[in-house]
Amino acid sequence: MIPAPFQYARPTTVDEALQAIAEGGEDVKILAGGQSLIPVMRLRLAAPETVVDITRVGELRGVREDGDALVIGAMTTHHDVITDPLIAQYAPLVAEATETVADRQVRYRGTFGGALAHADPAGDLPAVALALDAEFVIAGPGGRRTVPAADFFVDYLTTALEEGELLVEIRVPKLTGQWGMRYEKFNRVAQAWSIVAVAAAVRREDGHIAEARIGLTNMGPTPLRARATEAALAGADATPEAIASAARQAAEGTSPSSDLNAQADYREHLVQVLTRRAVSAAAGL
Amino acid sequence: MTVTEDAATLAPAKEVGQPRRRKEDARLITGRTTWTDNMVLPGMLHLAVVRSPVAHARITGIDVSAAQQAPNVVAVYTGRDLAEEQGSIPCAWPVTADMVNPGHPSIAVDQVNHVGEAVAIVVGRSKVAATDAVELVDVDYELLPPVLDLEEAVADGADLVHDQLESNTSYHFVFDAGEAGTGTDTEQAFADAEVVVSRRLVQQRLIPAFMEPRSVVVQPQGDNYTMWSATQVPHVLRVMAAMVTGIPEHKLRVVAPDVGGGFGGKLQVNPEEILCLLLARRLGKPVKWTETRSESLMAAHHGRGQVQFIDIAADREGNVKGLRVRLLADMGAYLRLITPGVPALGAFMFPGIYKFPAYRFECDGVFTNKVPTDAYRGAGRPEATFAVERIMDELAVELGMDPLELRRKNWIKAEEFPFTTVAGLEYDSGDYEQATQKALELLGYDELRAEQKRRRESNDPVQLGIGFSTFTEMCGLAPSRVLGSLSYGAGGWESASIRMLPTGKVEVVTGSTPHGQGHETAWSQLVADQLGVPFEDVEVLHGDTAVAPRGMDTYGSRSLVVGGTAVVKAAEKVVAKARKVAAHLLEASEDDLEFADGKFAVRGTPGASVGIQEIALAVFAAHNYPEDVEPSIDAEATFDPVNFSFPHGTHLCAMDVDTDTGMVKIRKYACVDDVGTIVNPLIVEGQIHGGLAQGIAQALYEEAVYDADGNLTTGSFVDYLVPSAADLPHFDTANTVHVAPGNPIGAKGVGEAGCIASTPAVVNAALDAVRHLGVSDILMPLTPERVWRAIHQGGDGGDRATAGTNAYGGAQTESTAGVSTPASSLGGDR
Repeated sequence: MIPAPFQYARPTTVDEALQAIAEGGEDVKILAGGQSLIPVMRLRLAAPETVVDITRVGELRGVREDGDALVIGAMTTHHDVITDPLIAQYAPLVAEATETVADRQVRYRGTFGGALAHADPAGDLPAVALALDAEFVIAGPGGRRTVPAADFFVDYLTTALEEGELLVEIRVPKLTGQWGMRYEKFNRVAQAWSIVAVAAAVRREDGHIAEARIGLTNMGPTPLRARATEAALAGADATPEAIASAARQAAEGTSPSSDLNAQADYREHLVQVLTRRAVSAAAGL
Repeated sequence: MTVTEDAATLAPAKEVGQPRRRKEDARLITGRTTWTDNMVLPGMLHLAVVRSPVAHARITGIDVSAAQQAPNVVAVYTGRDLAEEQGSIPCAWPVTADMVNPGHPSIAVDQVNHVGEAVAIVVGRSKVAATDAVELVDVDYELLPPVLDLEEAVADGADLVHDQLESNTSYHFVFDAGEAGTGTDTEQAFADAEVVVSRRLVQQRLIPAFMEPRSVVVQPQGDNYTMWSATQVPHVLRVMAAMVTGIPEHKLRVVAPDVGGGFGGKLQVNPEEILCLLLARRLGKPVKWTETRSESLMAAHHGRGQVQFIDIAADREGNVKGLRVRLLADMGAYLRLITPGVPALGAFMFPGIYKFPAYRFECDGVFTNKVPTDAYRGAGRPEATFAVERIMDELAVELGMDPLELRRKNWIKAEEFPFTTVAGLEYDSGDYEQATQKALELLGYDELRAEQKRRRESNDPVQLGIGFSTFTEMCGLAPSRVLGSLSYGAGGWESASIRMLPTGKVEVVTGSTPHGQGHETAWSQLVADQLGVPFEDVEVLHGDTAVAPRGMDTYGSRSLVVGGTAVVKAAEKVVAKARKVAAHLLEASEDDLEFADGKFAVRGTPGASVGIQEIALAVFAAHNYPEDVEPSIDAEATFDPVNFSFPHGTHLCAMDVDTDTGMVKIRKYACVDDVGTIVNPLIVEGQIHGGLAQGIAQALYEEAVYDADGNLTTGSFVDYLVPSAADLPHFDTANTVHVAPGNPIGAKGVGEAGCIASTPAVVNAALDAVRHLGVSDILMPLTPERVWRAIHQGGDGGDRATAGTNAYGGAQTESTAGVSTPASSLGGDR
């Protein structure tokens, strides 16, 4: 299928990109890796007036340290995330989840920031960003602002990004202490989106679980935290029984959809099983 | 298996049996060939189709004015514009004398009967122009209630798909072995039986999902037309298109260039092929149409779609006494080329490999407001095999017998071949016990059974099951007289010719048009052996009715068995003709010549010999040849088989079932297939692998799902799940060889075997894993949700929700129909 006609701009700096977005008219779409935008345009589900292609904005690529945080450029590809030594050291959960995204071809093109800004509830990275309390650095005509993950994901395919703004980098806090992490993804075929997935980061202390952070994929229009389970795990014994008991609360506060892959009640069941498995693995059990 | 190219070093090795890499693959895989959509002709126009977004409605108005005025649009037509000349898409298989065929317009005139049906067509100077204008056509529909469910469609007072008809039933087809004289009375057998097991099984709709979308180009030249099409059946298409449009057959040439897969999905006369022909005639310019993937899933024919009511009768010792089958077969909205015949093809295969004394088959062909069904890999036989292999397991459970012992007790023994079944078919050769023993070894059956026991006893959340499918199929379609007795509109013969070129190179013309099977390689191997010429000296020509004028094309695992035999017979004629010339040149009697390794030699006279490639040059020069023959050693042959061939095999699947989530995962898959003589082991292995992938996909992944309005929810590959290599297990494959007696090659056919055999093995394995938890059936595909529900809530897993996935922005929306939806302005940044 052929996309509807559109204007095209290809800036090379963030400033140029913001200008192109400002001048792009009513309906501007930003092309990062294009792995979601281009198919949707080809299906004519989206027909933007202007596409601003930021693949040549070099300053948006790469991973660096900044004090207690890792800073991941929005245009860092999935492949580069998976192979990055800093991410492997400080945020292996990001790499583990990214390895499950689609297929090799998509991972060479698709970008970390693009996937987050797209905010597909079945996408893997939003729940990870939420679980890790990442922060989103957004550039706009008036300068830069930082939005915590908890406020970034607003609704189905909708984020805190306003018109004229661009996601430039994601700050992921380095986790210090004895953290274990696990991304537990459930899908029917290897290349498919998650039916449900659970991102868990667990800090162990003296045979106890000191702290657990649990992000849920595809359990509602946005990624969610399993707050009740997190609360139940804080200070709990690192035993299968304690984890299983806490995981039974994983569906609290979720509102999953019913579709071909799963009806809502089955998703609510799945999320409990997957939370138990993810937390158990992250806790080293 | 290992790939070796080197032949034995001493005597020239036989080509047949060599795992030759396919000579056509380099160009097919790299795309350096002529796919239909690659064609660009001067002045070529492009067709785009406005498709119905509703399943059942009267068309009350169509406004094409905006589309007509769009830039670079040449013309816009509705069904009314073409009503006088479009005729009906042909149905070549009226399975009963009173079958009702409502006719199938290529473009709807007054009424639409399925989502995706053409309602208007736009012709543009570019594909972009035509596609853009599709959205400008405004169609008014008066909605009618959609008929979607087979059992509701045949109930009293059901809404009608075609309101001019009396019911939704197109035909009622019966085969009764008692009446046919091939078995005893079925009702009596059931009345006398000690045990009767009855089940309702469902064969979901599938989508062929060939890799290359359908594409057609028609070029008019005066009153002649050339049609290039991505079709499996250029010869059938030529005849049918001529009959539909009134263009005389000798004025129409059809070419299937390289074609990227079909699986039966391109065994069709497509509405768009007819429309391109009509437009080329009307406009006097070349016209091209290539579908999008969304159009392909929505508007190309589907496969399967049956509700099967099956009863089996037996005694307490496990001797089967009778089989009774009643089918509701989903025709979809119209009858296409062999729509009604697909279930009839399966009618004779429900008894499988078992010695049923009594058998009765009934089938209703039922109209629904969905795209028509038609041939899909196996066509009727997978449905039959699934039913019998499932019911044998159910009977084993009922009797408390081992499922393999039950099968063994009832299957045809090796010494009983040829065996005439209760359906009247004569099975040619085989040894079911031998194949089964080999498969059990490949699987490591005893160890897995022991592990299954351990896991059951420890109440492991992941349970293990083992499933059997001991199957046979009817291949080598087909003896023409048998087809005639089944009211099929054509024969099942195949044609070949061999042209010996002056330089000794060989052109083989086959009527069996390939679409990815490897005919060029296999035919070259056959001819290299027959003529004693190098494999590399053989070129295989196909697919163009001007080059290969006679043919019945490729489907039903027929090519090697029927088409390959025609090639062999043509080669025999070439040798016979060459023998006369050789005798003349060697001044010897024909009787004193022996032909080996491409040379005629005079017996007892060392050194006196002439090669067949030299003879080709001699008859080209034609300076010196016998008085009583023509100066040519070219030959052609047509082969019409006397009987079908019956490949068989034992497929075993070991399955892990995670009872916490319902996820099923194939742990191990072993199969031993007997496909007769193997010409190229690499091609056979490839066909088995591909067939397994498709058969497993039916069991686990694929289903064409319609929502309550008749929209195809699985409208993209996001929701219609075709598995990749990553989703499939390693396959442990092997063969036994029992030569087919019905053709000189000894081949039985392999194209459909894996697809037919694997589906019940996989489902039986999953059920075996959870049978002790109270599960006796799970609907296909075995989604994790269904498996989980069956385990924890009872029943067969139930219906799936019909909404498409929320991923990908709900990509299943019917965008290609040109209907703007709220989803076209989805929020979010991508």
